[in-house]
Formats: sequence, C-alpha cells, structure tokens
Amino acid sequence: MTGNTARKKRYVNPGRIAFQSVNITLLVLLAAICLLPFIHVIAVSLSNNAYIDAGMITFWPMGTNVQSYGYLLDKAAFWNAFRMSVFRLVLGTAINLILLCLTAYPLSKPKGKFHGRTFYAWFFFVTMLVNGGLIPNYMVVSTLKLRNTIWALVLPTAVQVYDLILMLNFFRQVPGELEDAALIDGASHFRTMLEIYVPVSMPAIATMTLFCMVYHWNQWFDGMLYMDNVNLRPLQTFLRQTLIGQDYTFADGDEIAAFAEINDRSLRCAQIIIATIPILCSYPFLQRYFVKGIIVGSVKG
Amino acid sequence: MKKTAKRSKPAQILRKEAQLHLMVLPAVLLVLIFSYFPLYGLKIAFQRFLPAKGLFGSQRFVGLDNFKYVLSLPNFLPVLRNTFIIAGAKIVLNLLVPVTVALMLNEVNSSRIKRPIQTIIYFPHFLSWIIFGGILIDLLSPSSGIVNKIITALGGKAVYFLGDNRYFRGTVILTDVWKNFGYGTIVYLAAITGIDVTLYEAAQIDGANRWQQTWHVTLPGIRMTVVLMMVLALGRVLNAGFDQLYNLCKPIVYESGDILDTFVYRLGLENGSFGPATAVGLFRSVVSLVFISTAYAVAYKWFDYRLF
Repeated sequence: MTGNTARKKRYVNPGRIAFQSVNITLLVLLAAICLLPFIHVIAVSLSNNAYIDAGMITFWPMGTNVQSYGYLLDKAAFWNAFRMSVFRLVLGTAINLILLCLTAYPLSKPKGKFHGRTFYAWFFFVTMLVNGGLIPNYMVVSTLKLRNTIWALVLPTAVQVYDLILMLNFFRQVPGELEDAALIDGASHFRTMLEIYVPVSMPAIATMTLFCMVYHWNQWFDGMLYMDNVNLRPLQTFLRQTLIGQDYTFADGDEIAAFAEINDRSLRCAQIIIATIPILCSYPFLQRYFVKGIIVGSVKG
Repeated sequence: MKKTAKRSKPAQILRKEAQLHLMVLPAVLLVLIFSYFPLYGLKIAFQRFLPAKGLFGSQRFVGLDNFKYVLSLPNFLPVLRNTFIIAGAKIVLNLLVPVTVALMLNEVNSSRIKRPIQTIIYFPHFLSWIIFGGILIDLLSPSSGIVNKIITALGGKAVYFLGDNRYFRGTVILTDVWKNFGYGTIVYLAAITGIDVTLYEAAQIDGANRWQQTWHVTLPGIRMTVVLMMVLALGRVLNAGFDQLYNLCKPIVYESGDILDTFVYRLGLENGSFGPATAVGLFRSVVSLVFISTAYAVAYKWFDYRLF
C-alpha cells in the first residue's frame, strides 16, 4: 500500500493514465462478469412469466411480482430441506469447533511439553494425502448404520484437518506465559484451553466458524449419498433435483411431465436466491476472515 | 538410581500428559473410523464384493480381476484422458488468471475502486456447484439462456455449451476459472503486499518505469508464492472436479466430460459394481498420493513450506 502511494507521485504521465483507464476498465468488466449473472437471476425470479418466456429479462425485472417466492413459501418440501440444512449446519459446526479446540490445543504444544505431538500430527496429516475414496467411505457409513441419520452428515466431516492446522497455528501465537501461569495455579489443561486459549483466540474461532458453516451449507453430495429418505435431505441436495436434475429445454417428454410442476425459470431462480441469502448475509464477515485465514494457511512465515 | 529414573520416565511423562492425550482422543477416534477404516475398505478392489455381506463379511478374493475388467471397459481410457485434460487446464489457468488479476489489482491505486472489485470477484467461490451450476444452466440454456440470446441478437447461432462435445470441456474449464479466479488472487495480493518497498524505490532511482518495476521487482517478489502454489496444485492432477462435472455433465457429453470421479460413482453406486469402482478409486488414490507427497516434499525442501 505504502509502496503504491510512493510510486504514484512520480509517474503521472499520459501513458500512465491510459494504462490505468484500460486496466480499471478490464477489472470492472471482470467484476461485471461475476456480478451480472446474479442480477439476472434476481431479475428473472421477480419477473412475470410472459416476459420471461419472451426472453425479455436482462438485468431488471419486468412485470415485477413475488409469485415465485410466494409459491416457495407454501412448498413444504423446500422448507423442510431448508430446515435440514440449518440443523446440519448448527450441529455440524458445533461438533467441528469443539473438536478443533480440543485437538488443536495439545497439538500446538512444543514437542517437549507433549511427547505424542509428532505422532498425532502425522496421524492427522496422512488423511490429507490418502483417502479410501467413494465406495469404502460409503461402506463404512453403511456398516455403522448411519444412513438416513443426521450423523452420516456430521460425523464423517467432524474433523477438518486443514482447519485443524490453521487452528493450531493460531493457538501457537498464544503467549506461553499465560498457560504456565494457569497451570501453576492448578488449572487443568482443559480449563486452561477453555478459559485462556479460547477467549484470546476469538478472531481465529470466528474464522473457523465461518469456514465450517460455509462448508456445511454447501455440502450436497453426502446428503444424496447417505439420505435415501428424501425428507431428510438438506437444501443443496434438494436443489440438485430442481435446479440440475433437468434441463427441460432438451429433455424428452417423460422428463418434462415429471418436472411439470417446477418447469418454471422464475421459480428456479427464486430457489437460487433463497439458498444464496445465508451466504450473502455472512459475506461481509466471510470476506474479512477468509482472507485472513487463507493468508495464515498458505503463506505464513 | 540412574536406572530407575530412566525406567520411570516414560510412565511419568504419560501421566503428566494424560490430559492432553485425552483431549486428542475424540478426534483420533473419528478419524480412525471415517478416514482409516475406509483405507482398510480398499481391499474391496481385490474382491468380488457383495454389499449385502458387508465390509467384514467373507468376500471372494479375485486378485486383479477388477482392474482387468475396468481396463477392458471401452470408456476407461477416454475417461482418463478427459480427467487429465480438464484437470491440467484447470491447474494452469487457475494459476495464470489469478496471478494476472492480482498484478492488475495491484496497479489500482484507489482503494475505493479496488475494494468493491475484490468484494465482487471473491463471491462466486462461496457458492456450491449446485447453485453455481443452476445459474450456469439457466444462463447457457440454448433456448432461453441470456448468453445465447446475446449471441443470436448479434447474428450468431445458438450454442449448446453444456450439451455439445465440441464446447463442453472449454465451458467446464472456463466456468471453473470464473468461479475461482477472484478467490485465487488473495494469496498473490498478500505476497505482493509483502514485497519490500525499498526495492521499488531503488528501481525508480535506477530509472525503471512501471512495466520494468512489475517485471523486475513484483514478479520476482512473488515468484516463490507462485511456484509454491503450482507445486501444491500438482496434487490435483487427477482431480478434475467431481462437484462441477457431476452436476453439469449429461450423458450426451460423457464423451468429452466424463471423468474418473463421475465414472467411479456411476460404476459403483448406480451399477452396483463395487469391486471395479473401488479398483478405479484405488488407482486414483495411489496416483494422487504420489503427486501430493512429491508436491509437499518439494514444497518442504525448496520453499520451506511447513504445514504444522
């Protein structure tokens, strides 16, 4: 930043101004490419069917109405899936965070204070290198009779190793004197973690919370894989059927009949918007903390 | 005396650190069950596996039959080729585009312009491929999508981006870059911020213009980060993106868009061929393991990259 201002003063010449204009124009175009599709989707979700079918909607709704949203409000299956998603998100994130704190605390200790550290670190790290893959994972969850229970969604995803590494790096920054003082006062490790490490690491925990929440909100595959009972499927899995399951423009007659109830672009767009609202609401925090998290995670030191 | 002290030491340590072991225990158990058990489950690759008998039932050992069977499938090699092409293109473009955009963003002096652009281009990363895929299907639809409306308005012919083998791979690669390039700039912008300001001052005294400063100061300054990101990306060489392709790839474009992961899914969970599907999965895991461990080893040795 300071480098930029220092450099700015010396090179104000016509070439520079031309470059800046081109550069900024290109960047604005890139941003537009990222933003306009959403504006279009919002516009379609709020528009009248006649205009949509005529292909007249660009970035502003025509014949504005909230019928699609009204229809969705009445659609029990959609809200049922929405509730499943929220339930999964709350339970899943809670489990993630408890395990993160519990596990990152011992692993953040130097080798001399926790002799098992290296072993455990490798134990977790190995799972980043190898995994059993689809079928064995599926068989394990099936064998444990977790299918069609919420546990199939929150237990296999309970330990997020990448987040664990970030968390233990955050915990390492806690001054050791704080811990020594607490331990001398007779506090257990568990209490030291809970009463010293967790309070001073609140920004890190906020980051982790957001990581986990976005992760759970966006997961769809496990819901499809493990939930045969469609009533138990979370929103993203539910939306797969309505948004992706058919492209009715090229589908055959049977499929059109099957999706007759929802073959409405406006309705699909409304579902996209509702499913995006939670991400949009948390986005100001997301941007701030994700940026911090990713920098700590990738280019630390 | 010395001997007893030595003997009691491990026990003492264990007692002193028992609490710490206890704290790690829940996560260890969960990882053991949900990450290490599936590794044991890889034995399915060598069995005629009947799901009804379960993971611990007695299954017939068939040696390498499943691997031979998969290799005899006519679409295995095309699937492998698709995987390499799509994953390779994504690795290259998801490196080049974010670096370029980061350099462009760095040239913008006014944070009133820079910040909103960053806010917007990071956003698509946070959407699932269900949502982003749903948006793409709507935008790219040949009959009603806005993209084809624009193309036909300009006098072109409507293109079925997601249903035409000539365009499908390109569409998949570009939409992936579209979703992730903004987020990818974060790391490089951070690296650029970390460059020593005095280097620019020295370059200016030597009469370097902006291009020369970018070429001789900024680029060398982020070289380590770029190479590190490239090395780590190599671990994804067989990961063409299940989430994206499972949602966008319809049977008409399997020829150009079917990848290992979608292939495994259909083979195993739709056709019930658990053995062959696990065999493909095992092959993928082994190749990925080689690439990822090489990547980490290189990053560790040459770039001092420490995960923990």
